[in-house]
Amino acid sequence: MDNGKGGRLKQASALWHGPGLATFALRRLVWSVATVAGVVAVTFLISHVIPADPAALVAGERATREQIEALRHQLGFDRPLLTQLADYYLRLAQGDLGKSLFTSRPISADLLSRLPATIELTLAAMILTVGLGVPIGVLSALRRNTWLDHLVRLVTVSGLAIASFWLAIILQLTFAMDLGWLPLGSRLPSGVAPPPTVTGLYLIDSLLTGDFATFGTAAAHLALPTVTLAFPAMATIVRFTRAGMLDTLNKPFVQYERAMGLPESLVVWKYMLRNALTSTVTQIGLVAGALLGGAVVIEAVFDWPGLGYYAVNSIIMSDYNAVLGFTVWVAIIYIVINIVVDVLHRLIDPRGTG
Amino acid sequence: MRSETALVLRKLAEDRLALVGLLIVLALLACAVFAPWLATFPEAVTEFNPAHRLRPPDSVYLLGTDRLGADIYSRLLFGARITIAIALVAVGVAVAVGVPLGLIAGIHDGVASNLIMRLADIFLAVPQIVLAIAIAQTLGPSLPNVILALSATFWPWFTRLVYAETRSVRNETFIEATVALGASPARVVCLHVLPNIVSPIIVRITLGLGFTILTAAALGFLGLGAPPPTPEWGRTIAESREYLPDAWWYAAAPGLAIFLVVVGFNMLGDGLRDVLDPRTRRAGRPRD
Amino acid sequence: MTELLAVRDLIVNYHSERGIVRALDGVSLAIGKGEVVGLVGESGCGKSTLARAILGVLPVPASEVRAGAIAFGGDNLLTLASAEIARRIRGRRITFIPQDPYGSLNPLFTIGQQMLDLMHWKSPRAAAAGRSAWPAVLSRYPSARRAQDRAAILDMLGAVQIPNPEQALAKLPHELSGGQRQRIVIAMALLPQPELIIADEPTTALDVTIQAQILRLLHREVKRRQVSMLFTTHDLGTAWEICDRVVVMYAGQDVEAAPTPAFFAAPRHPYTSKLLESLPRTDGVAQDIPGEIPSLIAPPQGCRFHPRCYFATTECTITRPPVSGGAHVVRCYHPLGASTGVAA
Repeated sequence: MDNGKGGRLKQASALWHGPGLATFALRRLVWSVATVAGVVAVTFLISHVIPADPAALVAGERATREQIEALRHQLGFDRPLLTQLADYYLRLAQGDLGKSLFTSRPISADLLSRLPATIELTLAAMILTVGLGVPIGVLSALRRNTWLDHLVRLVTVSGLAIASFWLAIILQLTFAMDLGWLPLGSRLPSGVAPPPTVTGLYLIDSLLTGDFATFGTAAAHLALPTVTLAFPAMATIVRFTRAGMLDTLNKPFVQYERAMGLPESLVVWKYMLRNALTSTVTQIGLVAGALLGGAVVIEAVFDWPGLGYYAVNSIIMSDYNAVLGFTVWVAIIYIVINIVVDVLHRLIDPRGTG
Repeated sequence: MRSETALVLRKLAEDRLALVGLLIVLALLACAVFAPWLATFPEAVTEFNPAHRLRPPDSVYLLGTDRLGADIYSRLLFGARITIAIALVAVGVAVAVGVPLGLIAGIHDGVASNLIMRLADIFLAVPQIVLAIAIAQTLGPSLPNVILALSATFWPWFTRLVYAETRSVRNETFIEATVALGASPARVVCLHVLPNIVSPIIVRITLGLGFTILTAAALGFLGLGAPPPTPEWGRTIAESREYLPDAWWYAAAPGLAIFLVVVGFNMLGDGLRDVLDPRTRRAGRPRD
Repeated sequence: MTELLAVRDLIVNYHSERGIVRALDGVSLAIGKGEVVGLVGESGCGKSTLARAILGVLPVPASEVRAGAIAFGGDNLLTLASAEIARRIRGRRITFIPQDPYGSLNPLFTIGQQMLDLMHWKSPRAAAAGRSAWPAVLSRYPSARRAQDRAAILDMLGAVQIPNPEQALAKLPHELSGGQRQRIVIAMALLPQPELIIADEPTTALDVTIQAQILRLLHREVKRRQVSMLFTTHDLGTAWEICDRVVVMYAGQDVEAAPTPAFFAAPRHPYTSKLLESLPRTDGVAQDIPGEIPSLIAPPQGCRFHPRCYFATTECTITRPPVSGGAHVVRCYHPLGASTGVAA
């Protein structure tokens, strides 16, 4: 990120190379846009160069030669590749991802309508991951080599080795099919109207309108997918928090704080934890990526009508445009998450990046 | 060099978890190699027996049968071959591409280095499974395509790792001294840099094998792997969903197989890391 | 002088992989009210272990107190519940100045946050406030008290000569100089208005020129407030400058204790005298003590100095010499100057 491309204007150059938050934000922004453009180029090239004949695929097996040619022209596949790419960029800049090759609906609108479901799921999983993972990591470090620590290690080893789609099925088998405690899938049962849209997140919207029955139902539907999604991510967070705490355990400042008789809960949960979290927080970006990726598979298993479900359906239908659009969106979301993580890191570690 | 290897092996032997991991990995290899002899129904992969479909586990069908009456235990053994093949080839290609690129970027300064690292960043800007799905979907479901999709999304990890390690090694004085003495860059790489970065690469490969098996299974589960009737583990789990909850063994067996194998690679990888690369044990980045 | 703290026959062992480390072997030491006592010895002689034992922060479960007593204001610190010590004594009546203020200040919190947290729990006003049912990390800092404590902190920063105290509070430890960080931890040791300060080689991390400044400052502030101080050091010169009395340790045993002038005028233990001779002198001749510091895993029987001692006899190798002398205490069967029968 350090390859300065400062403009000829001294001022611009100073802004680009200088210290401070403005420079940081500017470089981050420019770099983010460039990365998204790169992702688009790579996926675009892959999806337009590799398949033998995308038009033939879209047209179907029974299409005549003329029909295929007509479709090729209609889809613009007969134009030079770079023209197609430039055209895609131009439309992307306006938020237009093109139309689905099958439903002809605008892809942006499709994705937008499915975004809240994915946000609700990944956010819930993130909260569960961090909310449980950090305290478990801390306790595991404080009681290292006790039965608790061994149990936690067993669970984290499992979390990193279990196939999430399989865990999803086993949980469905146990809690939905066998015990019947929780629903098998989807956000709400058919027949239950979703709460009026404010944020698009059913849990929050139902609370905002005071509809506690819907809240309960939505929460029950959210439970299994969230747990499935959070389990492997939690393993990562626990591991890093534990390692960070063990690293901090014998630091002189901890000995000093104890020697001055500060309350133990303050030493552990304020002074040590913040130091341990400086390494954990760098993992949160990766974990968020894992959650996003995992959501693709998990949503398919739980019929969760989010981005991943949409992507899997598009895959089944060989809808290049939709898959490309989905990939671009994920790239953008992922980059935004990483910026948030950077900000978080700066908040936790005020010494600045060094 | 030999005594060093012996030391590593001895330390590894003292780490019980790593040893268990190694045993699991060896068992997987044995299953793959000796599948035709270990299988109770070696022909089960291609011949089906509709009269015996969806039988629960018993003394004949150790892990039950699937929707076509094939013996799940035998199919799992042959599935191990696919799992191993995918993991080894995909990670192998990723190493073959990623390590040289990382070395080039790490040793030279200039446009090429920048280009390589920016390209790696682009591939890392999307969660691996999403990119792998996009690529595998474009290429069409087949075994080589899955491998290609996995390699294409995994190489940047090696490039980044090797780049970072090379940079830190390069800044050490003895490398600078070697270059100052007039050694050619290629010679410096082969003699000094590579031996220094081999340990982290081995660790990353071991952990990457487990991770790749998980991703490959997910692709298979989504229908992006080798087409049926290949006994691929992920696809088998997908097939089983229709027959749940009655045919629970159908889903349970391949999932457990995946779990065991990945646990094996992870435990071995963790053990190797502790032995080979003590620096990375400390997850916290040392500052100051 | 009335006794504030009295350590009696303290035995502390560490359990290490290589065996039991006999770190303190029946150490006794007393500190009077307002007295500055220098605890002198080479590194590894047990100074820090003794300091930690008094603070009640010996590492668990690696260490074990086998015997002895630490009397402090009517309590035996070794039998008092550890929660009780943490709440009532440590950081309040006995405070601590660490050796390495850079590592000892938390790198992620500002000086102000760390000092205010200390005052939240350890200021004299906190003692009056009583206990809250909440876990400390969730406990609220009453704003009136916070304001008073903040004023006290600013006063104290002035007293330890921190320029711009207000600004210093907003800084992170790495933004201060080594000398300033040392002044901060001195301020933190003084703020709770303790009766005793344990200072663990508090100037070793500093440049020589700043060392002297800090020592003078510490001495002045301690004397002005009539706080007692146990000052551990391996440097006899430092002890000479600021201590009222000197206690010398060798390999986990206390060997000699005397008022500073008497001690430097006429050391009575063979080890101490060798130690004084080993100081670089104006004529440039510094004499080594022959032999090596013994392993504390299998230390010599009796007086642990006997393998290196010119005067050692059989009795030295069997039991530890008893205490002898009045104000100038020595634990030796053959103390120097004994033939004249005069204890300096």
